[in-house]
Amino acid sequence: MKKYFKIIWDGITPTNPVLIIQIGLCSVIAVSNSVESALLMTFAFSLVMIPSNIIISSIRKFIPNEIRVPIFVVVIAAFTTISALIARAYFTAVYELIKLYILLIVVNCIIIGRAEAFAYNHTVSESLFDGIGMTIGYGWVLTAIAVVRELLGKGTLAGIQVLPSSYQPALIMILPPAGFLMIGILVGALETYLRKKGDKK
Amino acid sequence: MSFSHYLVDLAKIFVSSSIINNIILIQFLGLCSYIGLTDNMSSSIGMSFAVIFVTVCSAILAWIIDHWILIPFHLQSALQITAFVLVIGSFVGLVEMYLKKASPNLYKAMGIYLPLIATNCIIMGVAFINSLNNYDFVQSVVEAIGISLGYTLAMIMLAGIRERLRNSDVPQFFKGKAIAFMISGILALAFLGFQGMIK
Repeated sequence: MKKYFKIIWDGITPTNPVLIIQIGLCSVIAVSNSVESALLMTFAFSLVMIPSNIIISSIRKFIPNEIRVPIFVVVIAAFTTISALIARAYFTAVYELIKLYILLIVVNCIIIGRAEAFAYNHTVSESLFDGIGMTIGYGWVLTAIAVVRELLGKGTLAGIQVLPSSYQPALIMILPPAGFLMIGILVGALETYLRKKGDKK
Repeated sequence: MSFSHYLVDLAKIFVSSSIINNIILIQFLGLCSYIGLTDNMSSSIGMSFAVIFVTVCSAILAWIIDHWILIPFHLQSALQITAFVLVIGSFVGLVEMYLKKASPNLYKAMGIYLPLIATNCIIMGVAFINSLNNYDFVQSVVEAIGISLGYTLAMIMLAGIRERLRNSDVPQFFKGKAIAFMISGILALAFLGFQGMIK
């Protein structure tokens, strides 16, 4: 059991897909301007990440090494279709805003990367927990950025007014440039932290 | 719609896709190569040419699949993602093999970027944008050209700035990739000024 917790924990911080490996940034910056889209994106991401990890690791013994990438892509594309259809059916209003990014989960580097680096040579249960860990790691970064941006940009959280109405919203925070600035500050903070940690050793 | 209206429409699509809704700075697609390859000018130019070529070809391919196969057989909602990703992926592989054989020089200049393109979200993004907007064939091609030129513009701008940054004093906190993101933020701010240019 301890092993599985470690796999999940690895996804949350030490090998966090977004912050440490810095892949899959496109969707993080694009959908982090409101909490609702961030949550829907995380949900759609989990619907692709976890099942595709399970399927790929369960058929890993039959996949010929030379054509493994096309097989990964087909599995991921199938689950992306499912997740896009579910999102369209149950969360239509938010889906309309971010549909391009949900469709583009199919080329998300995190999912293909984990299929190649983890699911292809680990057991089914380990891959399941890796998928959960990666989803949490992706989701918390995305949601954290979205909370800050929506709070400062609109004074709301998931559409509910939080700050007093006398607050002047800083419109820039929900516009595209703030996504770059936020990621820049996060990456800078993280690299400074890692540098200091390295100095101590 | 008369022919002149159609031409105006095409011009609008071109300006909107290349500048107003710049694929990198406003829509955030293809950030991996944008941050990863803009360390020097020559690699960003090489990547841009590869993207221009592959984007236009794959937009044509995607349009053909969409309008001749998926829509007539009512498969658009179920099979579109799989069909696009397979056809575009194998097209990029084919181009790579052909270039290696037919023109080694071009392959040397462009070849190392082609595997990167296969996982680039711009190529798939253009296919989806065209299909979501119900563009006809000419409009799809114009959109693809506009998007890839917008990509080139953003790549060259950031590469130029980063080449200059090498000799300048960057604050310790922002050393490395962080400063590239901050610059992109400011560039995106400048591009926001184009918003509302087309009604």
